[in-house]
Amino acid sequence: MITTPQITGYLSEHYAADANHTLAGYERAGGFKAVKKALKMKPADVADLVKESGLRGRGGAGFVAGLKWTFMPEKSDRMKVLVCNADESEPGSFKDRLIMERGPFAILEGILIAAWATGAEKTFIYVRGEYALPIERLRAAVDEMRAQGYLGTKLFGKKGFDHEIVVHSGAGAYICGEETGLLESLEGKKGQPRKKPPFPAQYGAFGLPTTVNNVETFAHVPYIVDRGVEWFRGFGTERSPGTTLFGVSGHVERPGLFELPLGTPLRELIEHAGGCRGGRAIKAVIPGGVSMPVLPPSDLDVGMADELLTERGTHLGTGGIMVMDETTCMVRAACVISYFFRDESCGQCTQCREGTGWINKICRRIEAGRGSDDDLALLDSVPAMMEGGTICAFADAAAWPIQGLMRHFRADFEAHVREQKCPFPESFEL
Amino acid sequence: MQPETRQKIEALFEQYPEKRGALLPAIYLVQAEQGWVSAEQAEALAELFDLKPIDVWEVLTFYNMFYTSPQGRHHVYVCTNLPCSLRGARGLLKQIEAHLGIRAGQTTEDGRVTLGHEECLGSCGTAPVLRVDGRYCENVDAQEARRLVDALE
Repeated sequence: MITTPQITGYLSEHYAADANHTLAGYERAGGFKAVKKALKMKPADVADLVKESGLRGRGGAGFVAGLKWTFMPEKSDRMKVLVCNADESEPGSFKDRLIMERGPFAILEGILIAAWATGAEKTFIYVRGEYALPIERLRAAVDEMRAQGYLGTKLFGKKGFDHEIVVHSGAGAYICGEETGLLESLEGKKGQPRKKPPFPAQYGAFGLPTTVNNVETFAHVPYIVDRGVEWFRGFGTERSPGTTLFGVSGHVERPGLFELPLGTPLRELIEHAGGCRGGRAIKAVIPGGVSMPVLPPSDLDVGMADELLTERGTHLGTGGIMVMDETTCMVRAACVISYFFRDESCGQCTQCREGTGWINKICRRIEAGRGSDDDLALLDSVPAMMEGGTICAFADAAAWPIQGLMRHFRADFEAHVREQKCPFPESFEL
Repeated sequence: MQPETRQKIEALFEQYPEKRGALLPAIYLVQAEQGWVSAEQAEALAELFDLKPIDVWEVLTFYNMFYTSPQGRHHVYVCTNLPCSLRGARGLLKQIEAHLGIRAGQTTEDGRVTLGHEECLGSCGTAPVLRVDGRYCENVDAQEARRLVDALE
C-alpha cells in the first residue's frame, strides 16, 4: 500500500500521480530542468546557492547542506563519492520511504546536482534492508536514467561530467543511519561508527572523500536550483527554511504525512491529523523521532523548527511526531523506547552498551511494580553518565528520551514506585 | 555455494571501490539459497572475499536480516516500537502468538512460519504493521493478521 501525504507541497505535489516514479512522469512534471540549469553554473556557485538557501539536512542533525558540500576537497587525486543516507529507522519517521516510493527521481536529480557541485563521480544510496519497495523503485529509476543517458559519462552533453549510482541494501541495523556506521556497513563490515576526525569529507566510504546527505535533503535540491534561494526562503523560518514532510503518528485520528513549512506550530500539525483520538486529552508529544525528548501539552504552541524546539529542551530530529493521549503510561513508553536502544546499541562504547541495558531493566522493574526510590535515582544518573562521552551520538539519543520523560512525567514513575503497580490500566498494552 | 550464486556475486565486485563492499549483497544472495547462511557457506564467502571466516561471521551476526540458523518457510514480523505499540501492536503480536501456538522468535513445528517482532519499520502512519516475507502489510487488525498468516503455505 502506498499512501500519499494528506497535505502536499512542492516536494510531494505530484506524489498522487500514477507515473511520478517513472522517468516520463517526472519529466512531464518539470523534472531534470534543474540539473541542466546547474550545469550552466560553476560547481562552486551551485554549492554556494544551496548554502545560501539555508537548506538544512533532513536526516536529524540539521546541518547546513551546502556548507557540508564545501568540505569536500576541491582537488583530489582519488575519486570523490556521495552517499545518500536512506537508512530511515528512527521510530516515528516514515517520510523518506514515501519520497523513495513516490518521488525517487527528485532524489536522483538532487544527487546529480550535488555531484556537479562537489566533483563526485559515484553515489551509493544506502537503503535500509526492510524497505523492499523503495529499493525496487530506486533501482528501476536508476536503470531508466542509465538507459536515457542520464548516468554514465558526459552527462547532458557536459564534457567531464560523469556519474554512476549504486543502490545498496542494508540488512537491519538502526546504527547504520549514523553516517560513519553507514560507511563501515557500506564497506562490508559491522556498522560500528568511527571516531571523528577524520570526517567523511577527508576519509569517508572506502577511505575516499565523501559527502553524506539524507534522502529528503537531496530531494529539495532540484527545487532550490530551479526556483531560487528567495523562493525557498519564502517557506519556513529564517534559520530553518523550506518545507518538510512531517509525520504524525500514535494517538491521533488520522495519522500520516503532512508537507508543511518548518516552524508550523505543533498544535496545528496535530489538528491536521484529526486531533487526539476519541476526543481525549493529549498527555505527551514526542516531536522528532523517539530520540528526542518528549514535550508536555503546555508546549504544543511551539513551532516545529529546531531552533524553536531547542528553547523547549528538545529538537526537530526527523520531524516524526508521536502523540500520546491521557491514558498513556509514561513508564510503559520508557520501557518500549529503552528496549529499542538496548537492542540497537552497536556495543563499542561501555557506557552505551551497558547503560542502555540498565535503563531498560530499571524501567521494566518499575513498570512491574517492583521499583524503588533508588531506581528513580538511577534513572537520573545513568542517562547523565551516558551522554556526551561516546564515539557517536547514539548514547545521547538513548539518554535524551529518558531524561525528557523524567523531566516532565516524573510523577508517573513515582506513582509506580509508591503503589508498587502500574496505575494506568487503560494504557496501551506492553 | 552454488556456481550461479558465485557468478552473481562476482558481477557485483566492480560496483565497489573495494571488493568487500559487495559483502552484504553477497550474503543476501547466499542466504537466498536455503533461507539462512551456514558456517560452511560463510567460509566459502570468506574465501571468495579474501577474508577470514570470522570477518564474515561477525557481519552475519551483526545484522537482523541475516540468519545463521534454519528458518521457517515464511517470516512474519510485527513492529512493536512505540508508534505501533500505541496503536495496539503488542496485543496483535500476542494474538498471532496464540493463533500459531508459538512465541515471537520461534518457528511452528511444521516449519511453516517463523514469527518475530521488529523495531520500527517506517510505517508509523499506517500502524500497526506486519512484514510478511519482506512485504509490508499496513493498518492490520487481528482479523486481517489471522487471514495473512493462514494464507501462508
